[in-house]
Amino acid sequence: MGMTMTQKILAKHSGLDKVVQGQLINAKVDIVLGNDITTPVAVNEFRKAGFESVFDKDKIAIVLDHFVPNKDIKAAEQSKTCREFACLHCIEHFYDVGKMGIEHALLPEQGIVTTGDCVIGADSHTCTYGALGAFATGVGSTDMAAGMATGMAWFKVPGAIKFNLTGKLSENCSGKDVILKIIGDIGVDGALYKSMEFTGEGVKNLSMDDRFCICNMAIEAGAKNGIFPVDDITMEYIKGRSNKEPVIYKADDDAEYEKVIDVDLNKIVPTVACPHLPENTKPAKCLSDVKIDQVVIGSCTNGRIEDMKAAYEVLKGKHIAKGVRCIIIPATMQVLRECVENGWYTAFLDAGAVVSTPTCGPCLGGYMGILASGEVCIATTNRNFVGRMGHIDSKIYLSSPKTAAASALAGYITEYEGE
Amino acid sequence: MYTQGKVFKYNDNVDTDVIIPARYLNTPDKEELSKHCMEDIDKDFVKEVSKGDVIVAGWNFGCGSSREHAPLVIKTCGVGCVIAKSFARIFYRNAINIGLPILECEKACDEINANDKLNVDFDTGIIKNLTTQKEYKALPFPDFIQNIIKSGGLLAALKKEDNNE
Repeated sequence: MGMTMTQKILAKHSGLDKVVQGQLINAKVDIVLGNDITTPVAVNEFRKAGFESVFDKDKIAIVLDHFVPNKDIKAAEQSKTCREFACLHCIEHFYDVGKMGIEHALLPEQGIVTTGDCVIGADSHTCTYGALGAFATGVGSTDMAAGMATGMAWFKVPGAIKFNLTGKLSENCSGKDVILKIIGDIGVDGALYKSMEFTGEGVKNLSMDDRFCICNMAIEAGAKNGIFPVDDITMEYIKGRSNKEPVIYKADDDAEYEKVIDVDLNKIVPTVACPHLPENTKPAKCLSDVKIDQVVIGSCTNGRIEDMKAAYEVLKGKHIAKGVRCIIIPATMQVLRECVENGWYTAFLDAGAVVSTPTCGPCLGGYMGILASGEVCIATTNRNFVGRMGHIDSKIYLSSPKTAAASALAGYITEYEGE
Repeated sequence: MYTQGKVFKYNDNVDTDVIIPARYLNTPDKEELSKHCMEDIDKDFVKEVSKGDVIVAGWNFGCGSSREHAPLVIKTCGVGCVIAKSFARIFYRNAINIGLPILECEKACDEINANDKLNVDFDTGIIKNLTTQKEYKALPFPDFIQNIIKSGGLLAALKKEDNNE
């Protein structure tokens, strides 16, 4: 029996010819990641355990993104802890205000992660990098501390579900609609402990930003990781970003999958996840009775350049509905710069939106768009749990940037119907 | 090792945002964070929980964020063990790494009620309901994980390995 793509990457990184589902392995990691919330806990554990040095200063990434520029004194103290640790250990990939971005948009953009890597990150959406044909998974702060000290992580080799993609998305759909549809079908624990391997002739019709978005929300189905095969689109994306030689892994023809699920991209419609779980999905057009108070376009799920372009295409020359607040958050400084240079930033302002510097901010209820009781938000973020963006009696609907922008104009949830 | 205490019962998909809302995560101080444990779904939890108590829940406990603060605040509140039908994978990993005992047992989760009194033995996986006199057996951990738990968490296990070399 052959190995899945994920199993092959894990075998290589643990120095084994073959691994099987359920096997416990110790793997070398190429990058260990943390942010301003999880790194302070890891630093504390690292010190408590008596470690004095990191395994490799070039293989650790610390990105301040959740609460920066700092929202309050406590958050500032957490950033300070990260900054001092990064300075003490000469951490190469330390990203502070001015060059930071939301970690999962930033690391691929800057070529810090690349094809064939094995990556752990103390943030659940670390699974995003599977889009590059890497194995990447979220862990906790103690794992981060252990990873920083030893360059190793333990894993239980996962089984996999294969998603066979065919066809092509319609103009008003994106990767977000695909992953919301899948989570709606299989549920928030539908891929628990497993890999979600996306394959099929439909892959070539998905952009890198679509693939990042799809892998990003693999965790919302409980998965260990999501992963795409490497093709010309991947190679074109990584060109000039990383000095590392990309390593391309392919699933064996006789790899074993627990399930194969067909996804016809032609049949995907603009999809929205209703409160309070990402699996509560409905077509956007069935939710026109849901009036909205706020729109958030951004996050590690949908804050990339294509997402900004989608928002621009919908909002340009129009105005946001009365009574609606629209907050746009480009995920990295480079995305923000491109918004400015392309004239999109002005178009957003003309439409009545506000544009923030990169931050996770409202996605996890930190700041920059907290909801009051009874308020309703449509957001391109990844979780709509109770109280996630503010008051426990507020409601979050998850959608693509086009659906969110179209809803901002309408004042209620609607799909984008073109110009 | 064992714990004995009363039961707090919750449903499926208890997420890390309700275990410890992100609005409080501007500090890593576990004592301060633990004052807000479960507050978005159970305001009385913090007032009523005492040392040794047990959380019993449904499928996919701890889904969502990777924040280690979630198992940490549960442990800091004095909870001796979490029993669920299944755990989200990062929560499972984090609980082991920080030394919060967790057990998977579908039948126990179906039959145990809020405020029942339990005795839970982690070495054997035996859950005794002292209120109903019923007994359940949870799935045991693999040896690899037992070793982490017995060492007192992942970093302690790594240090021990380091010293043996």
